[in-house]
Amino acid sequence: MEILVCVKRVPDTAENEIEVNSDGTDIERDDLVYSVNEWDNYAVEEAIQIRDNVGGSVTVVAVGDEESEEVVRREMAMGADNGILVSDDAFEGSDGKGVATLLKAVVEKGQYDLILTGAQADEGAGQVGGMLAAMLGRPYASLVNKIEVVDDKKLKVGREIEGGNQEMSEIDLPCILSIQTGINEPRYVGIRGIRKVASVEIPVMGTGDLNVDAAAVGTAGAKVKRLDYFVPDLGDGAEMLEGSTDEIIEKLIEILKAKGGLK
Amino acid sequence: MEPVLIAPANATLLGIPGMFFALVIPIVGVCLFTYIIAQRSKPLVLAAPDERFNNIGARLINVFKIWLGQYRQPRYKTAGILHILIFAGFMILSIRSLSLVVIGISEGFVFPGLGGTLGVVYNLLKDYAATIVLAACIYAAWRRGVIKPERYKVPARYGKDHTAEAVFVLGLIATLMISESLFEASFVAAQKQQGVHAEFLAPLSLAWFFKNILLFASPGVLQTTHIASYFVHDLTFFFFLCFLPMGKHFHVITSLFNVFFMRTEKGNIKPVRYGTSEEQLDDLESFGVKKFNDFTWKHILDFYTCADCGRCSDQCPANAVKRPLSPRFISIKGRDYAFKHFPLRKGNGSEQEPLIGDIYEEDEIWSCTTCGACEQECPLGIEYIDKIVDLRRGMVDEGMVPQTLQKPLGAIEKRGNPWGKMEKKRADWTTAEGFADAYPVKIIGKKESAQTLYFVDSVSSFDDRMQSIAQATAKILSQAGVDFGILGKDERDSGHEVRRFGEEMLFMDLRDRNTDAILNSGVEQIVTSDPHAFNALRKDYQGLPPVEHISQVIVKNIKAGKLSLNGTETNGKVYTYHDPCYLGRHNGLYEDPRQAIDAIPGIKRVDMLKSRDRSFCCGGGGLMLFYEPEEEQRMGVLRVEMARQAGANVIVTACPFCLVNIEDAIKVSGLEGQMEAIDLAELVALHLPGEQQQDV
Repeated sequence: MEILVCVKRVPDTAENEIEVNSDGTDIERDDLVYSVNEWDNYAVEEAIQIRDNVGGSVTVVAVGDEESEEVVRREMAMGADNGILVSDDAFEGSDGKGVATLLKAVVEKGQYDLILTGAQADEGAGQVGGMLAAMLGRPYASLVNKIEVVDDKKLKVGREIEGGNQEMSEIDLPCILSIQTGINEPRYVGIRGIRKVASVEIPVMGTGDLNVDAAAVGTAGAKVKRLDYFVPDLGDGAEMLEGSTDEIIEKLIEILKAKGGLK
Repeated sequence: MEPVLIAPANATLLGIPGMFFALVIPIVGVCLFTYIIAQRSKPLVLAAPDERFNNIGARLINVFKIWLGQYRQPRYKTAGILHILIFAGFMILSIRSLSLVVIGISEGFVFPGLGGTLGVVYNLLKDYAATIVLAACIYAAWRRGVIKPERYKVPARYGKDHTAEAVFVLGLIATLMISESLFEASFVAAQKQQGVHAEFLAPLSLAWFFKNILLFASPGVLQTTHIASYFVHDLTFFFFLCFLPMGKHFHVITSLFNVFFMRTEKGNIKPVRYGTSEEQLDDLESFGVKKFNDFTWKHILDFYTCADCGRCSDQCPANAVKRPLSPRFISIKGRDYAFKHFPLRKGNGSEQEPLIGDIYEEDEIWSCTTCGACEQECPLGIEYIDKIVDLRRGMVDEGMVPQTLQKPLGAIEKRGNPWGKMEKKRADWTTAEGFADAYPVKIIGKKESAQTLYFVDSVSSFDDRMQSIAQATAKILSQAGVDFGILGKDERDSGHEVRRFGEEMLFMDLRDRNTDAILNSGVEQIVTSDPHAFNALRKDYQGLPPVEHISQVIVKNIKAGKLSLNGTETNGKVYTYHDPCYLGRHNGLYEDPRQAIDAIPGIKRVDMLKSRDRSFCCGGGGLMLFYEPEEEQRMGVLRVEMARQAGANVIVTACPFCLVNIEDAIKVSGLEGQMEAIDLAELVALHLPGEQQQDV
């Protein structure tokens, strides 16, 4: 099975303190560290496991600046066979639809039976997978937490529904799936693994390589524009506890006791 | 003069001269034995390289102390004394046994040097030796068969019970002792009966008893006993020789070598591959131990040498809390694997499956805290830490790392600490209210320099509770007049556990960055309050200024009169000191921390039963804090109970990880208010002049 996995480089939420910058146009990026979006990492692991079971290849694609190459490389260290970086100044400022348009162009340059995206991204809006499927006119299943390959025409896919129950559906190939975390246990990628693929050439695709209408991507093509970032004002009734951890805990217990939450 | 009995060499058995058997048995025995050893050597030859011909002086000392001197045996009194008796008996009787083999061919053979008085003394000695060995064997068999000490049990998942093999071998040894004594006793009895000069037999020895019984036997019986006991001895001796390499008694042969080649340094970790430099590591196809042949030859020799005594597992904290790890079975399973894949008749181990999933499990290998209790105990010098680390290197290389460990490893890679906190916050502990003004801490860099570096490491830098250890350390250094500073954001995690969890390349990156930062800082010495950092800087790093633990600094400065401590109101408090593994066992620092505590006037301190080199691990440090093992109990909970049994209500540690684990354990045990834990630096800082004394 030929599998394409779309990955994104995002600020690592576990290892950063995210703050909005002073003019509200972006978050503070000076001290940020980046990694591959967590959901995408599960998608790549799933793709590798499917490939190891039924054969084929795994290609990883990222849309972003040249620094996004590092996440493509990391996923190749994990076991993906090929990597593609979609990067061009003209693509900067693309909205979700713009990114989906670029990915559609990548898909059309290959022969992919299965396309995986993360269910959403940190710093993202969870829209690319669905739009890509619609643009390609292919079936789409979202929030997938289980994949069984039936044959080369069909998959069974699962989704967790309310109350921890499980839903199973059948879907025709080729299709697009958005992958939920917890579908597997992604393998560890060590420094050694990354070094092994350090010299692998990762092709960069720009406007000249992809069949896209320049007007549909980039800032020019973006129909959704971000206006502002800000920290919401404290609402009535919300009280921010301050002090050391111990002090905060003490105050919290006091309040809970006072309001009858703790006896 | 006619001999009183016909010697085996001159006897006739089934119409064949005895000499024939006396020649054939040893020749067949030795040939078979040589073949078996050659087969057993195969995996050693195919194994990864190891470097064990350095430190010859230390190695010889080990041989004299641990092998010949049986130094570690009495740590388990009953078994230890029994073993020493049997071992000493074997050493003495080896000469006699060899002589007996030759006597079968040449009747009058006397071992060179044992013709005169020395021979008389030796004969007495060996008569008693045989007697004692027999008695020890009978008692040992009783112990294994009837008393059945807990540590010999084989849990169901590790296969069948091993008692039969143990008792069988004890039976063989007993047979050797009895037949040797009968051979001699029958001859002396015949001498007595015929009134000729009789050899002197050690009174009350086995041979002496047999002689006194045989005095009443007919000459025919004496002759038969004499010949039969000889050949029984001869056959048993060579059967035993060839049986040794079939199981746990292989140690009789391999122990001398294993002890010679055992670890001579502590706290260190073997390189990924001996003979491969760090620059060449990128060219290695595979890392660590994945298949059996990836073990070094010493590690396979360890498997062969394991005597199945169970001391390692008896001391292992992971085993004590029922984690899926028992060091004894790391060895036994390794040995069984070698025997199965390198059988005596054919095969050279070419069809090897990955060990993880075959004989070892992932959780088993992650369960080890590398505390070193097993290695400290093993009377045969078997190593576990390097094997565990090598197996982990293999798992890391294959991506088999639990999710709970992937996060902190990723964070260390990106941020230099396992929580992923920002680098610039590494020195935040120095700005705490009430501390910063009284004890300003220099951050060494372009503007400031210092003579001594305080290497804080991640946990004391970032953990809210453990920052107090860093502050206490700074107070002590300040009061002692030490010109010190920290690296601040330039410090990264020491990588101590990163290395021991198998991520060698990440460790190397951390080590290189820290080494650069330290060397650029221009300091002349390093102090640390974290034994894991202490061990890393001393054993894993190279070319650094001398490193001291804060306990050493405290004691040195007290002795020099630069530091004096206020007395304490005891308030019924009884203190006990918990030896951190990486301060005690791995670095031999047992006295300084105790002296530092005892320097507080009026303090009352007791030792726990398991202390010093038998200290019981708190649960493990560094990345082990993040790992979620399968276990029935926390190690710390057991440790707190041990402190309670010693009559203590304050546990003093000298390691931030010990403090985390023990404080948690006190809470889990519901002993808050009854038991407390404090770090040595905190305790000492509380008794510094000018520090307000709190109720600890």
